[in-house]
Amino acid sequence: MTDAPLLDVENLWVRFPTRAGVFDAVRGLSFTLGRERLGIVGESGSGKSMTGRAVLRLIRPPGLIEADRLDLHGEDIRAASEKRMRALRGGRISMIMQDPKFSLNPVMTVGQQLIEALRAHERVSRHEARKRALATLDEVAIRDPERVLGLYPHEVSGGMGQRIMIAMMLLPDPDILVADEPTSALDVSVQLQVLDIIDKLVRDRGMGLMFISHDLNLVAKFCDRIVIMYSGRIVETCRADALRHAQHPYTLGLLNSVPDLEHPRARLEVLRRDPAWREAPSVSARQ
Amino acid sequence: MSALSIDHLDVWFGSGADRTDAVRDVSLDVAVGESFGLVGESGSGKSTILRAITGLVPTWSGRMTVADEALGRRRSRAFYRNVQMVFQDPYGSLHPRQTVDRVLSEAMHLQGVTDIDTRMDRLLDDVGLGAGFRFRFPHQLSGGQRQRVAIARALACEPQILLLDEPTSALDVSVQAEILNLLVDLRAEHGLTYVMVSHDLGIVGHLCDRIAVMNQGQLIEVLDVEAMRRLEAQTPYTRHLLESSINSIR
Repeated sequence: MTDAPLLDVENLWVRFPTRAGVFDAVRGLSFTLGRERLGIVGESGSGKSMTGRAVLRLIRPPGLIEADRLDLHGEDIRAASEKRMRALRGGRISMIMQDPKFSLNPVMTVGQQLIEALRAHERVSRHEARKRALATLDEVAIRDPERVLGLYPHEVSGGMGQRIMIAMMLLPDPDILVADEPTSALDVSVQLQVLDIIDKLVRDRGMGLMFISHDLNLVAKFCDRIVIMYSGRIVETCRADALRHAQHPYTLGLLNSVPDLEHPRARLEVLRRDPAWREAPSVSARQ
Repeated sequence: MSALSIDHLDVWFGSGADRTDAVRDVSLDVAVGESFGLVGESGSGKSTILRAITGLVPTWSGRMTVADEALGRRRSRAFYRNVQMVFQDPYGSLHPRQTVDRVLSEAMHLQGVTDIDTRMDRLLDDVGLGAGFRFRFPHQLSGGQRQRVAIARALACEPQILLLDEPTSALDVSVQAEILNLLVDLRAEHGLTYVMVSHDLGIVGHLCDRIAVMNQGQLIEVLDVEAMRRLEAQTPYTRHLLESSINSIR
């Protein structure tokens, strides 16, 4: 990577104080994100979503974010004001959540939401905003965008809802996209279509993508670089095309526990968890 | 002999102008000891078929026969002794304020099992939990352990047929592997018949012998698992489904 990374994270911790002591959801994570597609994989509870939220500073109190470095375009966001964060979120860095049913406002039309998203970050006229909204809907392969602008979220399908979410996130032209399981609520046949759209947009606009997923095979197909997380730490990082040569028993366990249509096995491999994995120091994924 | 046979099944919701036909003219036959898979996208009606079999949807027409007994509007107690269902979401399908012991003993009590105490330990052993889990509440269990309890509950009255509605879709892949292995073992041990609904062709291919593909309420194609692995689909829709499933893992 020749130019400075879009996102530079060093020794990130996310802590939640509880009655039984402090729970560390993310424990000393270091990674950078350039203009590339970075996949973050792990089981539920491995801290992958918390990492995604932490880089947008979206951890709710009493949760705490601590880091030696948390730079967005060279700007330290650890101490940034809430006002500044609101400008950054959506403007420079956007997040696509898992389920469009819960992330779209049910009582606003698609058009109102798209226009609001854009006008929150740029001073543009309604007319101009509407024109840009139509163009972006077209980019995410929605047919008849004029009609869709007037629809309410319950009137669109899951795959379409997710594409509308993507359009909304892309309208203010951010350069980092955090996608937290963007396709796990969708059918296989729609999944590919949505992934292709994200892929195309990220390439065309030269954005950085943080793709959070539990599906190792999907991430391997879709990303440039993969980070594998286990209980709040990185256990292994590799290039996506080198995943087949992964070393860590946890990565191998994840790979082998998925039933494969083309290569049937009588029994699936079951992951044997080694307590040492939890204690091993986090691998750095800085480049 | 067929364990389950469905003939010209229609299922609908609502009436008049609001009527939605969820299942249209579906016929299928599942042999004793077979493991049968139903696949399709969301909204294709695959779960609705399971719900119609168990009597959770009253609005259906056609003929359904389970172990040579024709099903009417109401299900007999013997039916539920024969047929049990495992639901998708282990977080939603267990009562949050009842212990594992209470959940399982209620299921056995309803079927008139007398030696509940001894059966309980064997049942928990069968699903790989052990007697130590007997007095736990659902919130003290992980997702995989909860699904094991739900499977134990379904097995409590020694049914012949298990209806599985996406039994692993709420679980991590590593836990999913454990549950799938457990289902394979239980079937071999108890000679069960499975009807499993899933949208994941990899899972269906692992567990099932024959697969029915559904689209928009209709059964499009039934093919056996070998044909599916060779991607020998007859209809373009099935081919498309197989291809997108293969492409997403390559």
